[in-house]
Amino acid sequence: MYEIIAFYLFSFLTVGMFAITVTTNNVLYALSSLAAGMIFISAFFFILDADFLGVVQIVVYTGAVMALYAFGMMFFDSLSGIDEKIASPRLVFLLSGLIALCIVLIFSFPLIDVGIVAHAPVHPSWGNTQDVGIVLFTKYLVAFEVAAVMLLVAMIGGIILAGKKMDISYSSLSEEEITRLEKKDEK
Amino acid sequence: MTLNAYLILSALLFCIGLFGVLRRKNLLMLFFSTEIMLNACNIGFVAVSRHYGDLTGQMFSFFIVAIAASEVAIGLGLLILWFKKKNSIDLDSLSKMKG
Repeated sequence: MYEIIAFYLFSFLTVGMFAITVTTNNVLYALSSLAAGMIFISAFFFILDADFLGVVQIVVYTGAVMALYAFGMMFFDSLSGIDEKIASPRLVFLLSGLIALCIVLIFSFPLIDVGIVAHAPVHPSWGNTQDVGIVLFTKYLVAFEVAAVMLLVAMIGGIILAGKKMDISYSSLSEEEITRLEKKDEK
Repeated sequence: MTLNAYLILSALLFCIGLFGVLRRKNLLMLFFSTEIMLNACNIGFVAVSRHYGDLTGQMFSFFIVAIAASEVAIGLGLLILWFKKKNSIDLDSLSKMKG
């Protein structure tokens, strides 16, 4: 009973928040509604007994990803509007139609689940966090290490890409030096 | 709730993200829509994981979260570079190779 109420409540909230994200013209509204939607999604993970994943969702998305977007937004003149005209509405119509057809086909297919055996079965007596830890550090250890290396590469890449010329502080330079720098950039 | 309810929700959220990718011209909005699509996949994975009593779906969700985090770091770095160069985050400013 509670599960049904929670499911419908959070699905309406999530769909509403994400609909605001993709339709609003204000980047600040989009950012905040995206963060809210991410937190609401973690509720589904709690309903589905994936407690650890729910906590990871909150920590990673609203803690790290949203903070990164908020910092990134400071670099852009993002509040000035962008002309959102679609050059070829017929193409968009065709693509949306094809995707809708694909989804209808996917949902109308019968679920084939004969002879599927759980490779990493859940142990309800252990608790989700312990269960996840054991599977992650035995079966998926290599993938876990590769993901760690990938995150390191992404971090270094992000620092190098975004940090270019950040060692120069424009406020401590004189006007002539700034114009000289800008001329050098244009070349 | 049944598995189908969660899968329908997942597909609905995926479609919202897809709509965002197709409709928006702001590159930052494109990143937001990508996040929505990745999260929709996560819900589907966890629902299937619960349905079969298997932890594999949750493992895949973890790796998707890691991929999303690194995508944001690299993507925002590239976007900052592009913005410094062109002073615009309009998607159409990227179409330099138009024949």
